[in-house]
Amino acid sequence: MSDIPALVAERPELQALWHRHSFVELDARARAHAILDKGTGHEYCDPFDRIESPWLEPQGLVPQADDGLVVVKGQLAGEPCVVIGIEGAFQGGSIGEVSGAKAACALQLAARDARAGQPISAVLVLETGGVRLQEGTLGLNAVAEILSALLELRGLRPVIGVATGPLGSYGGMSIVAGLCTRMVLTHEGRLGFNGAQVIESEAGVAEFDSSDRALIWSVNGGAQRYATGLADALVLDDAPAVRQAVITAVAVGVPERHRSEELDVLAARLGSGDGAQARFSLAGLGLPPAPSPGSARQRGAGS
Amino acid sequence: MQTLNLEYPATGSAARRAHVGVVGSGDLEILFEPGTDATASVRVRTTVDGFDVVWRRVLDAFFAHHPVAGRYELNDFGATPGIVSLRLLQVLETSKPAHKERIGQ
Amino acid sequence: MSRAQAWFDALSTQALPSPYRSVAIADSDLGRGPAARLLAIVPDAGNTFPRARRGEVGLLEGIGLARAVREVIELDSRLADDQRRPIVAVVDVPSQAYGRLEEQFGEYLYIAAAVDAYATARTAGHPVIALVVGSAISGGFLGHGLQASQILALDDDKIEIQAIHKPAAARITLRTIAELDELAKTVTPLSFDVRVWATLGYCDGLLKVSDADQPSSADVDLARGALADAVTRARLGPRDLTNRLQSPARRASVRARQRLAEQWA
Repeated sequence: MSDIPALVAERPELQALWHRHSFVELDARARAHAILDKGTGHEYCDPFDRIESPWLEPQGLVPQADDGLVVVKGQLAGEPCVVIGIEGAFQGGSIGEVSGAKAACALQLAARDARAGQPISAVLVLETGGVRLQEGTLGLNAVAEILSALLELRGLRPVIGVATGPLGSYGGMSIVAGLCTRMVLTHEGRLGFNGAQVIESEAGVAEFDSSDRALIWSVNGGAQRYATGLADALVLDDAPAVRQAVITAVAVGVPERHRSEELDVLAARLGSGDGAQARFSLAGLGLPPAPSPGSARQRGAGS
Repeated sequence: MQTLNLEYPATGSAARRAHVGVVGSGDLEILFEPGTDATASVRVRTTVDGFDVVWRRVLDAFFAHHPVAGRYELNDFGATPGIVSLRLLQVLETSKPAHKERIGQ
Repeated sequence: MSRAQAWFDALSTQALPSPYRSVAIADSDLGRGPAARLLAIVPDAGNTFPRARRGEVGLLEGIGLARAVREVIELDSRLADDQRRPIVAVVDVPSQAYGRLEEQFGEYLYIAAAVDAYATARTAGHPVIALVVGSAISGGFLGHGLQASQILALDDDKIEIQAIHKPAAARITLRTIAELDELAKTVTPLSFDVRVWATLGYCDGLLKVSDADQPSSADVDLARGALADAVTRARLGPRDLTNRLQSPARRASVRARQRLAEQWA
């Protein structure tokens, strides 16, 4: 504390940044334990169970002993909670047959417990590019099974999604974010189906210039998603802040209707209630005015 | 992809099993389980072929200084010898009884 | 004409209004039991969203499917579970829509709306059957078809069921197409051959027809019968997709799930 630079000591708004413990820099296992109440987390199907993907070695890829996904059950503010954390450093956080089965099964076991009168909420730490292409149709099916399992639990207990970056939540796993009860994002975090590079490859650079980082964050970034009503909390990259936002999100409970059920709202966002010849308008999103280049640089600070 | 199996005589022992790292580009994960038969048996799975000599040198040097008995599984995605040595030190550090449970930062 | 349009037209008994030209809705008499609600995503050259004109599942399609499915759930909500009508998804979708507008509006959420509706219908007891007649790729299949209790496909070389189309798969995984084809011989989830896909655990029938592009009346009868059989299996089977774990190809999933369940306290 005595080593705080004078600049920071003078500026309260910098102190949160100075004192923070980065969540983004933690691996999936550490993130899961950082979210749960200290010392309460217990991991299932851990690396020593060696339940790996059978599809990687035949392609010359080295498997990870937990297939890049951790399941850690413990307490969150004293209540049972399971954290499912994707390891972004392994194969881009992509979901394969085994990691998908772990996630889907954990959600289904939580739903089973909840139905039996032992409510348990779930937190999904989404650090993922989506389906693991090296596992093709089994990766695709794995995501479909996660979606189904999430819906089994969601009506009984909150399922909170966390996307802090560095990768964010992309590809088929972004649909998981779309089904979550609530989403917690950071400025660094991104949320979207198609990444900029994929859109540029499919549709050309005019459609999406993947070298334009400001553009990417202005479309998919946490602040934008929060401003347009697609996220419930925008927090500093600070583990205690992420944890607190998750606790708050769980405490609100199961809503009457989830975002993915609000079809009138989704249609209205496209600009017109009339479907037959929908006229769309970005004004329907309530977007803030386009930033000037100077302010875009400021927004980058600290991210 | 290549798999290497090596064995070293080992006199030291460890308190418990430990795991470190991730199979990310330039990194590796190590699973360590203590053993009782005075042997350190090592399996390396690595994405990069043809570095047998380098692996041998790194592991020879490590076990010369830290001959801890048990099973070591290294899942490697192109880590440098420096990173490999670091992770090996880390996993043994983590296997000591005094090492606190990781509960996040 | 797209295969989705051809098969949708062939199976329709009674067309129904739809808010979007790309979302085709009809009733389909399967010959047994209540008429099914038939849904397809078809090309729409005049789609308001230019990046969703070739049968992709985008913003309007997500809402359109979600609305159509939820309407059926509502209509049958007072019936007993086993009386609720089937929902048949005719699938020929090249992907989700790739576009900047789609990303700005949050396409992932619009596809989630369709996934939500289909899964809700399935767990409510509606037999949800997917019939793949062409492409079933990535977010398109996730949003339209992959939440089905039973999945049928034509036994045809043009059927393309995959996580992403082949050139993109090659580019992203840093392989040539020839390398991917070679790998697919041993790594079966990489295959683009529908007969290999059928071994992975979530194919409930392959249909050999005489003309996959323009089905004959015999082809349509065959499909109707297969759909009716799938409806029967769906009514008897689990509603939580665990029927997909039956294949030997899924043994790693089964092992992971068993271990997790054993350890879960």
